[in-house]
Amino acid sequence: MAIKDYIRERFFPHLWCPGCGHGIVLNALLRAVERMGLKKNDIVMVSGIGCSSRISGYVDFHTLHTLHGRALAFATGVKLGHPELNILVPMGDGDALAIGGNHFIHAARRNIDLTAIVMNNRIYGMTGGQYSPLSGYGMLATTAPYQNIDHDFDVVALSTAAGASFVARSTTYHVQQLTDILEKAINHKGFSVVEVLSQCPTYFGRKNRLGSATDMMDQFKETTTPIGSKAKEKDPTLIERGVFVEKDIPEYCAEYDKVIERAMKKGA
Amino acid sequence: MTNNIRFVQGNEACVEGALYAGLDFFSGYPITPSTEVAEHLANRLPAKGGKFLQMEDEIASMCAIIGASLTGKKVMTATSGPGFSLKQEALGYAIMAEIPCVVVNVQRGGPSTGNPTHVSQADVMQARWGRHGDQSIVCLTASNNQDVFEMTVEAFNIAETYRTPVVLLLDETVGHMREKIVVPKAGEIPLVERLRTAVREGVDYHPYLPREDGRLPMSDFGDVHRYNVTGLFHDMWGFPTTNPGVVHGLLRHLNDKINNNANQMARYKEYYMDDAERVLISYGASARSALHVVENRRPRGERLGLLELQTLWPFPDVVVREKCRNAVSVCVVEMNMGQVMQAVKAAVDDPGKVFLANRIDGNLITPTDIRGILRLIQGRGV
Ligand SMILES: Cc1ncc(C[n+]2csc(CCOP(=O)(O)OP(=O)(O)O)c2C)c(N)n1
Ligand code: SF4
Repeated sequence: MAIKDYIRERFFPHLWCPGCGHGIVLNALLRAVERMGLKKNDIVMVSGIGCSSRISGYVDFHTLHTLHGRALAFATGVKLGHPELNILVPMGDGDALAIGGNHFIHAARRNIDLTAIVMNNRIYGMTGGQYSPLSGYGMLATTAPYQNIDHDFDVVALSTAAGASFVARSTTYHVQQLTDILEKAINHKGFSVVEVLSQCPTYFGRKNRLGSATDMMDQFKETTTPIGSKAKEKDPTLIERGVFVEKDIPEYCAEYDKVIERAMKKGA
Repeated sequence: MTNNIRFVQGNEACVEGALYAGLDFFSGYPITPSTEVAEHLANRLPAKGGKFLQMEDEIASMCAIIGASLTGKKVMTATSGPGFSLKQEALGYAIMAEIPCVVVNVQRGGPSTGNPTHVSQADVMQARWGRHGDQSIVCLTASNNQDVFEMTVEAFNIAETYRTPVVLLLDETVGHMREKIVVPKAGEIPLVERLRTAVREGVDYHPYLPREDGRLPMSDFGDVHRYNVTGLFHDMWGFPTTNPGVVHGLLRHLNDKINNNANQMARYKEYYMDDAERVLISYGASARSALHVVENRRPRGERLGLLELQTLWPFPDVVVREKCRNAVSVCVVEMNMGQVMQAVKAAVDDPGKVFLANRIDGNLITPTDIRGILRLIQGRGV
């Protein structure tokens, strides 16, 4: 199938600003799905609320556009209701880790087979540029006019500590790597987290004088490095890209089947 | 089942009713006085191949049942007080996206953490209006364990028929009271199953286009029809829109499908109403004390009657108006500050004859409480 067979063409042009990174994530995701040859009827995309979450409107899968922060909770119900389905859960950084932070760590802890994609633009795009838990110390936002004093989460460390069995990071600059990682994440049996550094030129970029969308993407190139690279040794401030965690541990739906087996044996 | 007579708590009667109705998926978070619903289902659901999930909070529980419902499952969650508050946003989503589901609220004293282990009926208006935006909801209740069983089945049937969430509003007394129930044989109570679309693969399916009879056939996630579900105003395919005509039409539809069927959904019981000149209106545990008063005073020549409401929303105003037409006085017996009384006043011809017999201290309203207020209404003093 061609990429365009996976989208709902009639909803284009999309609502994202020119230069927004979210469209690149959509592109990489569809390429991964195409490469894997997944059937559209076997995919459910569950998203929350935010610019990022509007991604679900554009894909020709079963799509569930939910509440701000709650996508993973809805997705948990969908997955347990129909475990054979592939569930993709794209979320904004605020969506996933501010209002949805609790659902995020608990979904990771359960190791339920969902693919969580954190489209991290370090800002609340949809509501016009307020700081998010990923903005970082010293950054500017409409609600941090005197510089943000909140520290940010490290999505990779947080996901790993919470128990996610697949954890990776890439950026909108590194589309090939991003596509490969998304493919691995979808293939993985268990809770997978893919953090994608994405640009919001309209708010994060403008507020923090980071230049155009392409300038921001260049910055992803300059400020990141593959996991374990020499460059990282020299400059520890570089952000690592790649797959950090990939482990084979019992998945929640499979474990639930055992619960049913035990309960039925006891009942019989 | 060889022995279909059980001696159970109200909360367990609810579980029996849910299982009878075909519950497949439950998610919840422990909270008094509803916790036993979760505990019994943790035990019973997996044994019949269903799934019970204890989520991280009530918000997640409400969201998860919506997700599971979209895969074609019959779903329920149960909570109390603060937990019901937390569910409101997602409950509004289920109303907007027209997701069949049952939400049990075993009421306790509020506001806030309130009186966790004591009885109250103060969530009637929250059930009706707890969410932002204009909307209508179905809310059922029951005063004894057999009725809890039957109203739970009814809740599932209504949820499937109208493609809507249904709130089952119980109270601490009923939830924790032990009583005999008779579990009917399979088939004795008709069950409404999910209405699925007959539209074939490749033919345009409209998940949000009501048929002529008002029902909206569904298609399970994973099946051949791919559509969108959203809490935004949406068109007949489920895609977001701000088109004023579509917004208006959807809002009307969401309200009309409930309110226009108020008569069909009106469940109530009457006791000694034929010649009653003084009517008591009550529901839930309060109705038991009210019935005691009626049965106690009848032999003494007092023409008292009881109208017990089992559907609280949409409010059965036609029934209430008719039944109260010839009454000298109408006394609403409830454990709150007059939440159903307000609805009764709005329904009857003469609101001036409507009085409130209530108790709000966490104890069950007693026949003595009610009798005292009745004497005042009758001008006989205490
Ligand atoms: C309960 C609730 N609170 C607040 C909002 C308003 N709101 C919508 S999107 C959003 C944040 C979006 O930021 P993010 O999740 O980072 O995604 P982005 O738009 O940047 O892609 C907020 C606060 C809401 N819709 N619901
Ligand atoms: S506001 Fe930012 S995140 Fe939203 S569409 Fe525009 S660039 Fe993208």
